[in-house]
Amino acid sequence: MLRVESISVFYGAIQALRNVSIHVSAGEIVTLLGANGAGKTTLLKIISGIHIPSKGKLWFSGRNITGLPAERILGLGVGQVPEGRQIFAPLSVIDNLILGAYVRFRREERKEVLKDLDFIFELFPVLKERTKQRAGTLSGGEQQMVAIGRTLMAQPKLLLLDEPSMGLAPKVVADIFKTIQTLQSRATTIFLVEQNAKAALKVADRGYVIETGRIILEGETPDLLNNKDVQRAYLGKEYREVWE
Amino acid sequence: MIWDRRYECMEREETAQLQLERLQSTLNRVYRNVSFYKKRFDLLKILPDEIQSIKDLEGFPLTSKEDLRQSYPYGMFALPLRDVVRIHSSSGVTGKPTVTGYTRNDLHHWSQLTARVLTAGGITKDDVVQITFKYGLFTGAFGLHHGAELIGASVIPMSTGNTSKQVLIMQDYKTTALVSTPSYALRLARYMGVEGIDPKNLSIKLGLFGGEPCPEPMRKEIEDRLFISVTDNYGVSEVMGPGVAAECELKNGLHLYEDHFIPEIIDPVTLQVLPPGDEGELVLTTLSKEAFPLVRYRTRDITSLDFSPCPCGRSQVRMKKVLGRSDDIIIVKGVNVFPSQVESILMEVEGVEPRYQIIADRVEGVDTLEIKVEVNERFFSDEIKILQGISAQIERKVREIIGVSAKVKLVAPESLQPIEGKASKVIDRRKIKS
Repeated sequence: MLRVESISVFYGAIQALRNVSIHVSAGEIVTLLGANGAGKTTLLKIISGIHIPSKGKLWFSGRNITGLPAERILGLGVGQVPEGRQIFAPLSVIDNLILGAYVRFRREERKEVLKDLDFIFELFPVLKERTKQRAGTLSGGEQQMVAIGRTLMAQPKLLLLDEPSMGLAPKVVADIFKTIQTLQSRATTIFLVEQNAKAALKVADRGYVIETGRIILEGETPDLLNNKDVQRAYLGKEYREVWE
Repeated sequence: MIWDRRYECMEREETAQLQLERLQSTLNRVYRNVSFYKKRFDLLKILPDEIQSIKDLEGFPLTSKEDLRQSYPYGMFALPLRDVVRIHSSSGVTGKPTVTGYTRNDLHHWSQLTARVLTAGGITKDDVVQITFKYGLFTGAFGLHHGAELIGASVIPMSTGNTSKQVLIMQDYKTTALVSTPSYALRLARYMGVEGIDPKNLSIKLGLFGGEPCPEPMRKEIEDRLFISVTDNYGVSEVMGPGVAAECELKNGLHLYEDHFIPEIIDPVTLQVLPPGDEGELVLTTLSKEAFPLVRYRTRDITSLDFSPCPCGRSQVRMKKVLGRSDDIIIVKGVNVFPSQVESILMEVEGVEPRYQIIADRVEGVDTLEIKVEVNERFFSDEIKILQGISAQIERKVREIIGVSAKVKLVAPESLQPIEGKASKVIDRRKIKS
């Protein structure tokens, strides 16, 4: 479904991504693991068209989307839930959600969009009780739900999630990841960027590990869980000896 | 039957993407973790960051067996030993042994790959598999053992030797599949003949051979004598062991598992990559190995690659049965001569045995090529004229197919040394003089 071929990105003189290639097949949950500053968010922004790569190519559903503007890529079915949620704090929950469907307003009836709201409330029942509440007054977990719901309103085929667990309590993280699995069962394909490797590997089918702009590992989830580098760096198992 | 449809039948385009991803991450890892590769890449000023497509791999240096020997024992491991759960090594007959290591993931992949090999050869969970490879440092036995267990077959880990016991177990335990070298299968057949055991009364129906080349006539002979279906598979100890490539039921080339290895064919002399379909030396790059990754490893095996789709449904490239070793290659008047080419010519000529010796010499600065060929017993006493006709026929074919003129000398049956040591096939007198 998504194919990223040898992408390189420069921020001024700094190279943020070096020849990164990944793919996500339809129906998969694929995770990208990496430390702060490894290039995870940069890669997501490249996929969603917010940044343009210096080198390399992007393909979505067989179509070359390299260099297309972000709104066109969203229109094709790539929706991103941004890092740190980025919801519109002064607006109500329902307005936030409806705003997410802006690409559809031009071609569809408002009724259709409102019908989709029911789906979001089914997914996150707690939001239904707070439709009129200002989004900025919600808890962190609820805000994340609004952010995911807002992106889903554009009916993406591929959902990009940037650190959905950030700053959330473990119980809430578990709920969010349960939702991610529900989405997969409803035929949404998911590319999940996470620092919380333990949580991400519980739901993912496959994953990549990125270090300082380079992919150093690709594999199915059991392989990643068994990999000593992943265990040491991301799962907190088997610390290095003092002398290493 | 196909063990892993997802990968074995993957669209070519998807395979290419997967290979590119795994190649980039492999190169990033070896550059970071293996000092041999870091030094060599730095020296040649070629960095993993330059891999934009699989084709760019051509620019990277080759790795030879000699490199592995010089890194004896653990120099080329990409991980510390405590992450390694298995160590195998070569026998070290021709020099220092080469040592390879496997992590838990490597062993897992290896089992998956040999399960593909065995499934392609017809083995299912209902089979009783007798493994007559030597259990030990050699990779063959353990590799196929784990694959057979993964499939769910019943494995008899017989190891080598004790032919009478092998046959006894084959009879009593109702072995249905034999894993061995082709020559050992023939030996079993001969033993049964001597002991008056009819192979038709045995339960055995499949043979999976490896460890040495199994040319078509040999396969035919084993199939006819043991009444089994024989499939060939290919492995390289340093690269993985068995589980690199295997024949499907169509027996028309060995599917090479491209999701774990990138194959290239090079000219063993100029080291240039050859176009698809050309005959040359197989070079392999590992894509999933953690403990012992290899970049462009020279296997020394001569073969060719066929990218056309196979009717069995697998999309992965097929390599021809190994035709010979690139060590045996000689260059006469600028033409590469493979002993295997001579062998296949001789197989087509009536009246001679494919037992031969190639002798290259230099007379007054001019290269000469002589081929000594054993005559079939039936023809040996025949007229000189007929014999001359045979040698002229061989000379013509050599000129047409190999492109170099050779003098053919027919010799008595069994007069050449049995072809066991590879060196006896080719004698290059030019080297001795200079």
